[in-house]
Amino acid sequence: MTGAPPQETPDPGLVFKMYRAVVGVGLVCGLAIVTVFEITRPIIARNKIEARQRAILYVLPGATDSAAFSRQAAGNFVDLPVDAPGELVFAGYDAAGGLVGLAIEAQGMGYQDIVRVLYGYSFDQQTVLAIRVLESRETPGLGDRVEKDAAFLRNFGELDVQLAAAGDALAHPIEFVKSGTKTSAWQIDGITGATITSRAVTKMLSRSTAHWMPLVYSRRAEFAKPKEGAK
Amino acid sequence: MNQEPLWSIFINACLINNFVLAYFLGICPFLGVSAKLATATRMGLAVMFVMLVSSTCAYGIQALLLWIDAPYLKLISFIAVIASTVQLVEMFIKKMSPTLFRALGIFLPLITTNCAILGLALFQTNKGYGFAQSIIYALGAGAGFTLALILMAGLREKLELARTPDVVKGTAITLIIAGLLSVCFMGFAGLGSSQ
Amino acid sequence: MTAEQQTTGTDEFIKGLWSQNPVFVQVLGMCPVLAVTNTAMNALAMGLATAFVLLMSNIVVSSIRGFVPKQVRIVTFILVIASFVTIVDYVIQAVSLDLHKALGAFISLIVVNCLILGRAEAFASKNGLGRSILDGLGMGIGFTFALLCLGGAREILGSGSLFDLPLFGDSFQEWVIMVLPAGGFFTLAGWLLLFNWRATRKTKSAGEVQA
Repeated sequence: MTGAPPQETPDPGLVFKMYRAVVGVGLVCGLAIVTVFEITRPIIARNKIEARQRAILYVLPGATDSAAFSRQAAGNFVDLPVDAPGELVFAGYDAAGGLVGLAIEAQGMGYQDIVRVLYGYSFDQQTVLAIRVLESRETPGLGDRVEKDAAFLRNFGELDVQLAAAGDALAHPIEFVKSGTKTSAWQIDGITGATITSRAVTKMLSRSTAHWMPLVYSRRAEFAKPKEGAK
Repeated sequence: MNQEPLWSIFINACLINNFVLAYFLGICPFLGVSAKLATATRMGLAVMFVMLVSSTCAYGIQALLLWIDAPYLKLISFIAVIASTVQLVEMFIKKMSPTLFRALGIFLPLITTNCAILGLALFQTNKGYGFAQSIIYALGAGAGFTLALILMAGLREKLELARTPDVVKGTAITLIIAGLLSVCFMGFAGLGSSQ
Repeated sequence: MTAEQQTTGTDEFIKGLWSQNPVFVQVLGMCPVLAVTNTAMNALAMGLATAFVLLMSNIVVSSIRGFVPKQVRIVTFILVIASFVTIVDYVIQAVSLDLHKALGAFISLIVVNCLILGRAEAFASKNGLGRSILDGLGMGIGFTFALLCLGGAREILGSGSLFDLPLFGDSFQEWVIMVLPAGGFFTLAGWLLLFNWRATRKTKSAGEVQA
């Protein structure tokens, strides 16, 4: 040990040593962190975009490419770079460049914590095509069946979100019904044993579709595939 | 920005996602200081107090870091600021109120390395809570921690009188009780979604 | 002299694995032990991340120990540890976002793992580089091993699989509680019981031999 022996009066050399140690270590640590951050930042950003892309293509079957759009103050949609901040909706395109539909994010309180889902919307059929849970801490084996339960996920094959004639609201808001009692195309069959989570998912979808569908439906043309290199 | 209502944040942090029993934060003091009811209560209050202080600090730091665009310094500045704030608070209490210091004093240095404090700061910034939300979140988490600690201490005081086999004495039986408490707290889940 | 140092060096390594296992014997660093061991994979990742931070901080603390006055040693140790944790955090994000999501804030919480600061303070700041490396390695591997024991047991019972490979047929009814928070407490209690039982049996038989 080369540390200073214990002394009654602090000598200026010790104070200097203390500063030297803390500042020196701090500087080196700061440098190391910034270096690693700069190296990993592009990789992390790419990973995040890839993960989102996978989710988008999953909820829009048949899509091979996607672009991000954001709603402007005037109500119109403009395309943005995929890593733009803010609330985005994603348009998916098939191999020929035709619009498959939109992928929109919804979130709400589940059984344990916030649940975030992404759902695909088809302009042609005015239906929800599929959903994918992006984030949840629901009980494994119970609540997390909203991610895996085949019967529950079939609900979203052609979930009706048709607009009412006036075009400013859904003709039939999405409803939650008990498992096995689904009679109409706008109802969602719950999962027995995971009622609360499946109802929460229904609720967030219902709220999100009621909000977005009237906003996007009449503006379909604005979601045309942006030119290559634009993003 | 997160729009979660304040009551829901409180219930969530206190009961549904109790820091000790669901997130496993602050297990060390939970196991260490839960033998006596009186100490457990005071420890709980001290933690709640430090949580409030550090939550406020964390909110400030996060705003500052966003402003200078240096998210990578989050962890290092949180831990440094929390540690020094606790020290400052300790000195301040010592000067201002010796009674309070005697009540909380010995616990304060222990709390600095309590993961619940840092966890709170990290969760609150991850969730993007505003200032009022952060304060309520800290209050809820602190209340939840105190509740778990008091429950545990009460059970352990009773346990002293019970006959336990030699093998399970000590940490093992404490963990089993904690597990049972955790099962009980699972009953609170779903409170937040029944709107 | 050299021979003696070598044996103690090996001892430093071995003690972390078994006789002073950080989780089962010292009961240190409980938060991550319980929180992220619901699958074997998460447990392994968390164990490796912690072991890495532990090893690196032991190395750095041991090499700067002459340079740091003891009044500011805790501050500098925490600085060092926090930097390595931040680095690990970014590296895990770059390797696998899913893994990062599963471990969540608990990677950042490695900072307050009492085990790391404990080893830095109790061992690395007093011992040479070589022995600190061995100590860090031993403790790190011991910690990872303990996490794997817990994660493996919880995944087998709670999900009927190990490292995502299903072990049983469809008829296996998952014991869901084991992957929930409560299961963490129960499993750890079970392992501690096992260690306690072994310890009591050993002292008993030792006592008989002496008598």
